[in-house]
Amino acid sequence: MKFYFSLFFIFFKIGLFTLGGGYAMLPLIETEIVDKRRWIDKKEFLDLTALAQSAPGVLAVNMAVFVGYKLRSLPGAVTATLGAVLPSFLIILLIAVFLRDFRHIPVVESIFMGIRPAVVALIAVPVFTLARAAGVTWKTAWVPVLCALAVWLGGLSPVYIVLLAGLGGWLFCREKAK
Amino acid sequence: MIYWQLFKTFFKIGLFNFGGGYPMISFIQNEVVFKHGWLGTAEFTDIVAVSQMTPGPIGINMATYTGYAAAHDFWGAAAATLAVCLPSFIVMILLTRYFLRHQDSPAVKAVFKGLRLAIVGLIASAALVLVNKENFTGWISGLIFAVSFLAVYRFKCNPIHLILLAGASGWLLY
Repeated sequence: MKFYFSLFFIFFKIGLFTLGGGYAMLPLIETEIVDKRRWIDKKEFLDLTALAQSAPGVLAVNMAVFVGYKLRSLPGAVTATLGAVLPSFLIILLIAVFLRDFRHIPVVESIFMGIRPAVVALIAVPVFTLARAAGVTWKTAWVPVLCALAVWLGGLSPVYIVLLAGLGGWLFCREKAK
Repeated sequence: MIYWQLFKTFFKIGLFNFGGGYPMISFIQNEVVFKHGWLGTAEFTDIVAVSQMTPGPIGINMATYTGYAAAHDFWGAAAATLAVCLPSFIVMILLTRYFLRHQDSPAVKAVFKGLRLAIVGLIASAALVLVNKENFTGWISGLIFAVSFLAVYRFKCNPIHLILLAGASGWLLY
């Protein structure tokens, strides 16, 4: 029971500070789940991001499901997902009920002008901290660079990248085995 | 019955969305504004902005707000939020089970070798997409970005503390 409570609380904390989309969750999960508690390692963290990207829907829910399920199967998945979703649910509910003018409050606006560039930095950091675990070397660096450019400048959906990269990995290792 | 309508609509939104929040927006707009008329266009734009200012995934924020606006009570918000999460939850349970069972097989190992490289690129693209005029308004934003990057990368600053600090500096500087 104590374990479920801390699982819920950790994802509640992660949900509460995930500003700016699902990817902003990555550094928080890395800090809390990979570095601090060592519930999963860096490689699994990358695998979980790939899986979360290939399932439909909300990235944050997908990541919570993976971590929860791995640790305590279905009850774990439910606990982690509830924790991740509840903060945004409660905050939006409060705004819908009381604060329809929320975004025009000047203090809120200036606070967010400070937070936004920090969130961009938060998303950029895992690129470098995870590179080694992902197997990025001078010889393989073209893969992530090409993927980033295809999505950023080419507007390609990440789903296709996931499919192509999976296929590429499989073909490459089969070639090598021969 | 409005709750069932909300549940059905947001289940569909959760099911047919791949690749994160932003492609989701136009799909949600189509369903919520044009098809069902639960929100007006102006209100919709406002909520997109509010979603960017509140924690949590944009899909969940939109579901909670629309549910409340359409049904005028807690249960509308709860039905829409549950519905938007449910498809990902189910699909992800199945994927995770399969992965954990077969993660040591050579084929799965090979596939994930390729995937890990690509994911690093995808994370980079997520950061690059956010380098725009809305997030970077001047040299102060650039400075906040540089300091944040160093603090987390080099000095292992906790991301939560960083967000709090960045918010405080925005409040002081702007």
